Amino acid sequence: MPDPTTDVIQGTLDMLILKTLSLEPMHGFGIARRIEQISRGVFKVNPGSLLTAFQRLERAGWLDSEWRQTNNSRRAKFYSLTRSGHKQLELETYDWARRISAVARLLRTEG
Amino acid sequence: MSLWRQISRGLRVLINRTAADNDLSEEVQHYLEQSTAAHLSRGLSPGEARRAARLELGNVTTVREQVRASGWENLLPTLFADLRFATRQLHANPGFTAVTILTLALGIGATTAIFSAINPILLQSLPYPDADRIMMISDFGINGSRLDVTFHTYRELSERSRSFQAMAVMKPWQPTMTGADQPDRLDGQRVSAEYFHVLGESPAVGRDFDPSDDLLNGPRIVILSDTLWKRRFSGDRTIVGRQITLDDNLYTVIGVMPRTFENVLAPSAELWSPLQYDTRNIISVQTREWGHHLRMVARLRPGVTGEQAKGEFATIAHSPVKEFPRPPWASLKQGLIVNSLQHDVTADVRPALLAALAAVTLVLLIACVNVTNLLLARSAQRRGEFAVRAALGAGRMRMLRQLLTETLLLSTLGGALAMVVAEFGVRALVALSPPGLPRVGAIRIDGAVFAFAFITATLVGLVVGLIPALHASRTDPSSGLQQGSRRTAGGHQWTRRALVVSEVALALVLLVRAGLLLRSIERLFGVPPGFDPSHLLTMEVQETGHRFDDDSVRYRFLDQALEVVLQVPGVKSAAFTTLLPLSGDTDVYGVEFEGDNNSIAADAAFRYAVTPGYCEEMGIPLRRGRMLDQHDMAGASVAVLISESLAKRRFPGREPIGQRLRMGPDIDRADRPWYTIVGVVGDVKQMSLAVSESDAVYITTTHWAWVDSVQSLVVRVRGDAAALAPAIRNAIWSVDKDQPIVRVATMDDLLAASAAERRFALVIFEAFALAALVLAAAGIYGVLSGSVTERTREIGVRSALGATPASILVMVLRQGITLTAVGVAIGLAGAVAASQAIAAMLFGISRLDPLTYLGVIGMLLGVSAIACWIPASRAARVDPATTLRAE
Repeated sequence: MPDPTTDVIQGTLDMLILKTLSLEPMHGFGIARRIEQISRGVFKVNPGSLLTAFQRLERAGWLDSEWRQTNNSRRAKFYSLTRSGHKQLELETYDWARRISAVARLLRTEG
Repeated sequence: MSLWRQISRGLRVLINRTAADNDLSEEVQHYLEQSTAAHLSRGLSPGEARRAARLELGNVTTVREQVRASGWENLLPTLFADLRFATRQLHANPGFTAVTILTLALGIGATTAIFSAINPILLQSLPYPDADRIMMISDFGINGSRLDVTFHTYRELSERSRSFQAMAVMKPWQPTMTGADQPDRLDGQRVSAEYFHVLGESPAVGRDFDPSDDLLNGPRIVILSDTLWKRRFSGDRTIVGRQITLDDNLYTVIGVMPRTFENVLAPSAELWSPLQYDTRNIISVQTREWGHHLRMVARLRPGVTGEQAKGEFATIAHSPVKEFPRPPWASLKQGLIVNSLQHDVTADVRPALLAALAAVTLVLLIACVNVTNLLLARSAQRRGEFAVRAALGAGRMRMLRQLLTETLLLSTLGGALAMVVAEFGVRALVALSPPGLPRVGAIRIDGAVFAFAFITATLVGLVVGLIPALHASRTDPSSGLQQGSRRTAGGHQWTRRALVVSEVALALVLLVRAGLLLRSIERLFGVPPGFDPSHLLTMEVQETGHRFDDDSVRYRFLDQALEVVLQVPGVKSAAFTTLLPLSGDTDVYGVEFEGDNNSIAADAAFRYAVTPGYCEEMGIPLRRGRMLDQHDMAGASVAVLISESLAKRRFPGREPIGQRLRMGPDIDRADRPWYTIVGVVGDVKQMSLAVSESDAVYITTTHWAWVDSVQSLVVRVRGDAAALAPAIRNAIWSVDKDQPIVRVATMDDLLAASAAERRFALVIFEAFALAALVLAAAGIYGVLSGSVTERTREIGVRSALGATPASILVMVLRQGITLTAVGVAIGLAGAVAASQAIAAMLFGISRLDPLTYLGVIGMLLGVSAIACWIPASRAARVDPATTLRAE
């Protein structure tokens, strides 16, 4: 039996979206698939949460969106990172690293 | 930036919801297609791929709803839906809605009206720049009371003190303006040069007073108020430099104050002229410059506190210097009183206003309790509805929100109507306001008052809505849906009873206050004024102009005036006096008795310079000796009457008749004759019925050192006193048409006005107490009536089992009276505690006056019995057959 997929850790979805979009503009499904692929199927993104997160991030000024033609000539909503989105990503990455190392230290001492 | 994005995106959605919805649907659809394609590429059949994609995405509608719900704009449609629903609910129950809105409107409106008075008087600072730096300064009088300062005290302080940047003294001035159609007596002030500078104001047109204007025999100049300028000179800007006639003298107008200038020190003053007192002659003490008759106001230097100024004044007061010699009556031995202007202006009315605020808060509380009760009763009727909603999946928060929307809508409507109530309230307040109420012109509904009403309405909506909403949203769907659940009285009955009890308690507190004030007024008007006030008409006659420079002309004018007035049909008798009892004026002079050791008068008394026959006409009783008569004229030896109280104090156990005294300007002057006491008359209330200071000396007009230019005419008439006023006025004008006649009033009017402050408080408390009583009665009625409706079946069963209508009546009545009795017991404790606050406003009764308390309790029980009677008799009429068959 393969490892079970898990839901994205609470509070990290925003960071994962920002990280994914820092490479190139993408549409919703693309982002979801990229997160699943890169995490090697550990994370499974709930579409409802994903779309809600887009709206939230866009209103916070971190994402821009525009309707574009895809390669198979369908209209899709593409999201891209704004400048303040980049800054936010840096901030969240730093914060995350700090937490992770703190948790790691704790686990080491406990072990 | 992001806030702007939040708002703009939200607005975009609101403006074009279809487009936003289409966008979202398309995005979701695209997601689904991509997902399906991905599954296809993994080798699933088209059908399986679609199924898998759908499974992953979940319910498309749910996803859409989830995304939509995350924006703030989605609260609006639900809010509108709630409002629509609430409106329908209220519309469907017009009786409930009307009663609730009216109750709230009364409570909020009354509170708002009182706030509109409290805000400018107690809360706002006075309408001057840095108003907190303006101080009032006064000397100490007898028993630590406040005394106006003398001119030379003011001069010494302004020379020696360093705490103030400007100081000024002022006194009232009532010049008569002639030259136009009718003689016009104006209210004004004589002020020292820096008066406006102290207040931080300056004329809008023309110039301010200059120190060189304020010298003895200086130029005759005036500054006008904006209202006088507009009224008499139609706002003509060329008025500056022109001359007007005041008291037969030409005065040059040098300026006009701005429209916004509010003169709290003399609200009715319309023109100002320099004081022009003599600064040099400080040695002679019999001058007006050494008389205590000037009010003093000063502006602190920036950074100097009132305490520091007090300290400096104490030092100055206790270290006289030889440049400023002081007579014994202005020795400053006790120091000086320094108060902020704000305190000075508001100190007298503060207790009454705070008492009114407390009372209106109680009324608002009672109104809130009543509305809470009504809402509880309604939610009891709506249990089924709530249960259905809960059963259909409405969350508790969602139901709370909807119920609060309903009460907020009610309170907003109530608040809107409250503005109408407040507008009437404010008009009534201003109309009833006693003369001592400062800043009456600033009492109106402005932005601050409006904001207050709005906030009060919102808070009230939340407060009254919360308990019923919590009750209702707790409904257990299964029990709520059962038919039979209506048979048992719910737990909220307890809440409702507690609310009624508190309502009764609050009403009792208010009723006791109103009762105490009412009894005080009764007592007050029971006090004999010392004369017969019925059928008395009074008016003030002024002799102005240079033709009266010679005293004999004044005597002739007074004689002729009396003669023509006596010929007016309906007039029985008439006399002039310089001081009219209960007019609010005082006129006190020092009294020196023959044989007193000290050269300075140790005594003081009211001076009445009267025409012979005054005491007989007023009905002041003669106790000993004789009255003044026609023989006590210039040339004869000076005869005076003294009041009983003065006789008792000065001549205990001795014969006062034949003793001699001198008064005011004649004190210690060998060239002036002693006055012989020829009679003792009864005491008269001069200041008000409540003040028993009545030491008085009566002397004839011709014997006094001068003839006062302002005389009060007192006329005893047959029939209605007010009706004769025009005829009497015309009679006087037939002697001299240029003499202004003002303050025409019957003695009954003056009596009523002398108690104006108490009456003002009484009217407010009576109105509030009445409102409280009605609301409390409505509350009792509501609870009992609701309880009878809920217990109809139980009552039916009881009567089927043999209970008589009478016993059921008694049962329900007992329930209501018990509630009232508990409320009365709690309220009594509160009333006793609260009565301390109005002790100062009472007269002649204790704040624990048993009669008042018993009367109020009796009234409250009586009213509650009536309120209980209606539901009780309905219960007694319940027909067991109908009730039981209805099941």
